[in-house]
Amino acid sequence: MWLVVLFSLLIGLVIGLKMPFLIPLLYAKYMSIAVLAALDSVFGGIRGYMEDGFDNIVFISGFIVNTLLAAGLAYLGDRLGVELYMAAVVVFGVRIFQNLGIIRRYLLKKY
Amino acid sequence: MRTRGAQASIAVVCLVLGIMLAIQFKTTSTYNDQYPQERVEVLAEKLKTASSERDVMAEEVLSLRSQLKNVRENNRAMADLQDELQKNSQFAGLLPVKGTGITLTINDIPRNMQNGDNPNNFIVHDQDLLFLVNELKASGAEAISINGERITAMSEIRCAGTMILVNTNRIAPPFVIKAIGNPDMLVSGMELQGGWLATMKLLGYPTHMQKSSEIEINAYNGKVKFSYMTPVEHEEKAGR
Repeated sequence: MWLVVLFSLLIGLVIGLKMPFLIPLLYAKYMSIAVLAALDSVFGGIRGYMEDGFDNIVFISGFIVNTLLAAGLAYLGDRLGVELYMAAVVVFGVRIFQNLGIIRRYLLKKY
Repeated sequence: MRTRGAQASIAVVCLVLGIMLAIQFKTTSTYNDQYPQERVEVLAEKLKTASSERDVMAEEVLSLRSQLKNVRENNRAMADLQDELQKNSQFAGLLPVKGTGITLTINDIPRNMQNGDNPNNFIVHDQDLLFLVNELKASGAEAISINGERITAMSEIRCAGTMILVNTNRIAPPFVIKAIGNPDMLVSGMELQGGWLATMKLLGYPTHMQKSSEIEINAYNGKVKFSYMTPVEHEEKAGR
């Protein structure tokens, strides 16, 4: 399981680094929020996998929708003059740390 | 639910995540390299310096532009003045000129004097020249000279003993009168019936008139000095 995660992450990184295009500076912020949301989804998925509560559809839809929603919300915030991406950063940051904590505890319990 | 499907979807998602992360890394590092973080004060200082330099240069541009305008206007004024000077000098006879015209030669009546003859009947008088010059002027002559003496607006033609004075210089026969103008008009103007030249011919003076395509008339070489006359200020210039 961990091997699968690490291996596919590595391949993704290599592919990403080989890609010739960059995100325009204007959209780099939204991309960073989207990355945060994706990270959150992945950790959530891993946690679910370890708790045996993993739902494939929830995981995939959560990944896609969260990513797009986070980016869209940050964009909307910019249009409205409210720094909504801060809210996204806080929420996803808290959830990532929570999920990491649960994963850590699970691993401690397991081994 | 640790199925292969779950693993596969996690793998796919991780793949996508990896791609996104890599692109984000790259983007961030590129832009950070492109725009090195400098302190705001330094940048502000630079901006201030550049702005003040630009302002100074803008002022310089303005002053240079006005200077350029002045120079241009001066040049134009100079050119106008030169034109004016040229025209007036030609009008006053202060410039040697050339052009088409005629040469009129008149001499005294060649005759051996005998007792009782009045020499006044045989010589060319100042009045003769004056009348001829007058007729040349009326025929459209633009420049006239007699024996190399340019006829100007102030030139006199008068008798001084046995000589004739033009521009206070003595001239003697044969008199060569040069006139620049339309040669045909000058010739027909001089040859008018009852004109002074015809009369002189009748009296027996040897005259010779020749059209010429290139006549040179030298400039008035006397002094130009005004002792009594001063221009009236603020007078509207007469139409030229």
